[in-house]
Amino acid sequence: MENAGSAPPVLTARRAGVLGCAQCGKVHLPGPERCARCGSVLESRDHTSLQRVWGWMFAGLVVYVPANVYPMLRTSMLGKTTDSTILGGVVDLIHHGSIGIAIIVFVASIVIPVAKFIAIAYLALSVTHRVRLSPGKRQHLYEVVEFIGRWSMIDVFVVAILSSLVRLDFAATINPGIAAVSFALSVAFTMLSALSFDSRLIWDASEEEDA
Amino acid sequence: MNHAVPSSLAAPSEAASPQAMPAPAFTAEEVARLIACPSCDALHEEQVLNNGEVARCVRCHGLLEAPRRSAMTRIIMLALAALILMVAAIFFPFLELSAAGLMQRSSLLDTVLAFSSGMTAPLTLAMAALIVVLPVLRFVLLVYVLGPMAIGWAPARYARPAFRVAEALRPWAMAEVFIVGVAVALVKVAGLAHLSIGPAFWAFVALVLVTVLKDNFMCRVSVWKTLEARRRS
Ligand SMILES: [Zn+2]
Ligand SMILES: [Zn+2]
Repeated sequence: MENAGSAPPVLTARRAGVLGCAQCGKVHLPGPERCARCGSVLESRDHTSLQRVWGWMFAGLVVYVPANVYPMLRTSMLGKTTDSTILGGVVDLIHHGSIGIAIIVFVASIVIPVAKFIAIAYLALSVTHRVRLSPGKRQHLYEVVEFIGRWSMIDVFVVAILSSLVRLDFAATINPGIAAVSFALSVAFTMLSALSFDSRLIWDASEEEDA
Repeated sequence: MNHAVPSSLAAPSEAASPQAMPAPAFTAEEVARLIACPSCDALHEEQVLNNGEVARCVRCHGLLEAPRRSAMTRIIMLALAALILMVAAIFFPFLELSAAGLMQRSSLLDTVLAFSSGMTAPLTLAMAALIVVLPVLRFVLLVYVLGPMAIGWAPARYARPAFRVAEALRPWAMAEVFIVGVAVALVKVAGLAHLSIGPAFWAFVALVLVTVLKDNFMCRVSVWKTLEARRRS
């Protein structure tokens, strides 16, 4: 723990010519296709990892655009219908004086998705290009991305709760907009993108530099 | 507290190209004593850990192993508690809204079905999965995997695929995210109408707490090792 910045030189399973299971850590001599302990597929490195990362990320980006343009919520009050987008919802919250909640929604639906796109792209690029951040920090970044992705789903849940709750006939009705679908898809795709990333690749690049 | 040792025993072969794997530097017996970090592939000599001790990777500091005392029994108890709470959360009223003399009561089921009209219909399935189906499936799988072992039996027939699925579902079971969504929704409606929280809401909050507690107790590598050991004997 003393020198967290520079990683100590270690022998990896790949260099030792053996296979480490990415699920349970069991080490195998080359040969078996599946882990003897947990039955997961054994691969020294997941070679399709980066392809899938970029694929899912691109899909996530494509559906993220309509999610921001089209209405997320459709509110009908006393015969008057108003549409609100994700950003519009945040602005409404600020007008109502709920700054704290506005910040939660803003962070969950705008800051986290955008930061996630950038972070995943950075991590994927760092495998093939030289970058400034140390492998330890990048591993940390990956863990944060993995942990935080699901929290973007908050706004979709809010829309569902409001739509099921506010059905007071003429007085007030809230319906979900089409952006709810594309936003949910965007969150799912970026989660798949992050899950496709083989974090062992982060360390390989720096190992080759050291050697 | 307890550090696994870095294995710089075997010198890496020089001409190791990234694609081709070098010849194994260890024999089968040596390999059995090693553990590879699932996050970064660094090899460690496996150590026998006491309950409560934590082994971390020397390179990426990721968790290797953290056995807990009577973890299995606790996980099962918590999973069963979570299942009961989920039943309560589904069938009791969740939220109540009243405005201008009208009253609207909504259960978790209503929330899930909110998207069931028109273009947003596919979201219904996704919502049901994220809030109810996947969390329940995870609890059931964990009880199926750990239950027989906790009472001293051999693991159930499909324990290995079941635990793999349970672990793969972890990011997709979003009960705790939903709770924050409820909090945001409460504030949004506050200006529009009077809102009160039903008993199901508290059941759901308890469920989230139980889930977090359970995931805290569970060390994936320890469970796999126990499964392996019990299968042999
Ligand atoms: Zn394994
Ligand atoms: Zn590691």
